[in-house]
Amino acid sequence: MLRYIRAGLALLTTGTLVWALNTNHGEVPAFGKFLSPYEGFWRNAEAPNDFAAEQTLELPGLQQPVTVRFDDQRVPHIFAQNDHDLYFAQGYFTARDRLWQMEFQTHVAAGRISEVVGPRALEYDRFQRRMGLPYGAEKSLQVMMANPTTRTVLESYTAGVNAYIGSLSPRDYPLEYKLLNYAPEAWTPLKCALLLKLMAWDLSGRSDDLRLSNALHKYGPEVVRDLFPDYPTREDPIVPVGTPLDYTPVKTPPVPQVFAASASDKVPAREPDADLGSNNFAVSGARSASGLPILANDPHLQLNLPSIWYQVQLSAPGVNVYGVTIPGAPTIIIGFNQEVAWGVTNVGADVLDWYQLKFKDNTKREYWHDGQWKPIRQVVERIKVRGLPERLDTVLYTHHGPITYDRAEKVFNEQTPIRHALRWTAHEGGNEVLTFYNLNRARNYQDYAAALSTYASPAQNFIFASKQNDVAIWPNGKFPLKWKNQGKFVLDGSNPQHDWQGWIPQQQNPHVKNPARGFVSSANQFPAGPDYPYYLGWSFASYERGHRINERLARMSKATPDSLRVLQNDNLNLHAQLMLPRMLALVQPEQLTPAQRRAYDELRRWNYMHDAQAIAPSIFDMWYAELVDSIWEDDFGPEATGLEMRYPPRDRTANLILREDTSRWIDDRRTPQRESLPQLALQSFRFATDSLTRKYGDLGPKWRWANHKSTDILHLARLPGFGRLDLDCGGGAAIVNATTERNGPSWRMVVALGPEPKAYGVFPGGQSGNPGSRYYDNLIETWRTGQLNELIYLTSPTQQHPRVQAAWTLQSR
Amino acid sequence: MKLFLAILVLAAVVQLLLPWWTLAAAALLLGALLARRGGQAFGAGFGGAALGWLLPAGYLYVRNGGHLANRVAELLPLGGQGWAVVLVAAVIAGLVGALAALTGCWLRQAISPTSADTVSA
Repeated sequence: MLRYIRAGLALLTTGTLVWALNTNHGEVPAFGKFLSPYEGFWRNAEAPNDFAAEQTLELPGLQQPVTVRFDDQRVPHIFAQNDHDLYFAQGYFTARDRLWQMEFQTHVAAGRISEVVGPRALEYDRFQRRMGLPYGAEKSLQVMMANPTTRTVLESYTAGVNAYIGSLSPRDYPLEYKLLNYAPEAWTPLKCALLLKLMAWDLSGRSDDLRLSNALHKYGPEVVRDLFPDYPTREDPIVPVGTPLDYTPVKTPPVPQVFAASASDKVPAREPDADLGSNNFAVSGARSASGLPILANDPHLQLNLPSIWYQVQLSAPGVNVYGVTIPGAPTIIIGFNQEVAWGVTNVGADVLDWYQLKFKDNTKREYWHDGQWKPIRQVVERIKVRGLPERLDTVLYTHHGPITYDRAEKVFNEQTPIRHALRWTAHEGGNEVLTFYNLNRARNYQDYAAALSTYASPAQNFIFASKQNDVAIWPNGKFPLKWKNQGKFVLDGSNPQHDWQGWIPQQQNPHVKNPARGFVSSANQFPAGPDYPYYLGWSFASYERGHRINERLARMSKATPDSLRVLQNDNLNLHAQLMLPRMLALVQPEQLTPAQRRAYDELRRWNYMHDAQAIAPSIFDMWYAELVDSIWEDDFGPEATGLEMRYPPRDRTANLILREDTSRWIDDRRTPQRESLPQLALQSFRFATDSLTRKYGDLGPKWRWANHKSTDILHLARLPGFGRLDLDCGGGAAIVNATTERNGPSWRMVVALGPEPKAYGVFPGGQSGNPGSRYYDNLIETWRTGQLNELIYLTSPTQQHPRVQAAWTLQSR
Repeated sequence: MKLFLAILVLAAVVQLLLPWWTLAAAALLLGALLARRGGQAFGAGFGGAALGWLLPAGYLYVRNGGHLANRVAELLPLGGQGWAVVLVAAVIAGLVGALAALTGCWLRQAISPTSADTVSA
């Protein structure tokens, strides 16, 4: 009997252990499966000679053979004989390097992360769906599938991705699938659309409507006009002021009566970073050594591994283009061909508005609009949750858009019948893929301008240069035709005058071609000056980056690609240059301790460069931030006021510090005495130096800007060990080299047009998404030091090049 | 020694084609067929299964320059020491192999006890 019990217990123990090691437990991976050298992560550990120099792959669905050459950075140069095979191969090779990233990001956009990680992502998933990302993706998909060209592109790309997925056994899955213990699913064209919506979210998903409505409610229109002006004092817009209009503007809607939204403390959760940003600039032949244009672009995004971008060359009859794409999106998004080069930065116009609603009753089946009760559409979202039953969530839609605002269980309570609907251009169907398809094939300015007409969202500043010596820039996308300040505050969802009443005609988006100054540029600042006939928004990136770029471009003559590369790495802080002399003058050095005095002297010697080894930027950065806090926190901080508001913009704060010593805002209303500006300057200076001393010891090398800023590139799923921390590099927010703690130039490119284009580029990562590959992060050092690699542009599949060794052939099975 | 080698070889062969946990099935089967005592089954199961992971994991570690294992060692966390992941993997396989072989041995003893089993039990 004992023997049976003993054997039974042993069997049970063994079985339990095997089960436990084969299953994920919360964040603990299935160790048995994951650590097995036969099927676990070890199989993803690449050796240098794993990559075949020559091989033939047989893939179902190809129409004709495709040749793919790989250069020493593992960039695929794809030569196909028709569009179908071209995008099939793009899908196949992108998936080969980045499958997990592609799928994970589409899961993020679709609100499907709970499927992978379980209930802890549930609220995030609900939020993505309530913001209408999948809803917008469906609409875009309809538009793109209705066009035969983009239908072919999306379907071929999808087939290519699926051909790769179909070739995998679980042992070959990318490492992250093994760690999280799930399997890739089939790709669909919808996923391409979802990716574009994720970009739209990152780049246009922010709104200050509510924060400003609260400020208006608390302080009244006079104060809001003063502190949140429609146009800043210092500005250098993308389309220079005085550029003549080549069109007759349409009539804009009349401004309705003022509507004061009810104050609220609810702001949408998980807003994208306000401080992303990007640069692009192009000099015309008049300013270049070659006599032909040179173009540069560095889109700034959150710094992640696997890299946000993927380099590829795509060649087929009618197209031969090199550049970067977002894994999961077909065609090339930023790049060049033999005739033209183009790049993008974010526009940041106000394309997201909130409408305050009035419901008929608590059932929320009808809402008041245009003098009548209108029905509300209910959409049931089915959210799969790993390890739990499916979760249902009902989202309400008005004609404005989804009623997103905050969580349902908190928002839809009986005391607050009025909630908000979201209107956002990302919900509009557009054919962004067609724009990039056509840009990839553009040969001149007319092709470029025509390509932009189908683009909707997220609006981008499309910069352009051609071999015919044209340079141009179009802040482009779908912009609602608004009355002035429409959407600066929360809008009235019952008043039809508050609805969006059409679009700015695309040909009337701001644009400039071959301006007299011999260059075009953008850095997310105002697209146009006050002479532009339409309202695009009141708040854009502050002017420093754009102005510095223009200042340097205006001095350039005989520019080379290296001139533009050096400008991409410019570390001058214009804002410090403006503010620091005044701030130093506000402080009496005699009032400082010897340690504080050393920091003060360090600042006096500073050249305003945010270089990695400089010490002054660490002091200035902290001092200025603290000074701003000490001015505004009591009036606009959530703790002091109990309301979600934002601080006035940088330009306005600068004016206050520079010349409004007696402003009522300087006083801290939480203290009985009246503060003065010199007092605040001294206090905040002491605070900054003392904090730095506490953190790093006496003033010394540990105070270095790179150390204080500490730029991190993290794994997309925040896996410890899979990112790169504490990069030693300079730059900062509102500096041309906008490398901050977590954001920065995600791709730096410089293209010189000529008989053959000469191009250079680098991104902070590598071509491979596999953490077990040398090509996962091999470009980071080049990026960190501000260097660029020459990009290899092949004109034929057989062209010899010392850096291009491998050649693969794909053919139909 | 025979049991140890048999587990090492058979477990490795089945894992080449089938899921990792078939190593438990192999060890259990061999433990039932070849083990005379529980202690012997446990030791041979541990050694055979552990070595069956240690060797390929060690090979893949060296071949990749420890690059990926070091990252995994930060994730787990094992202080970024990739070789520690090799050892942890071997110990995990060893435990599974040991328990499975012991189970096999004890199951056989329960179902058809031999005279030797009677003495040792």
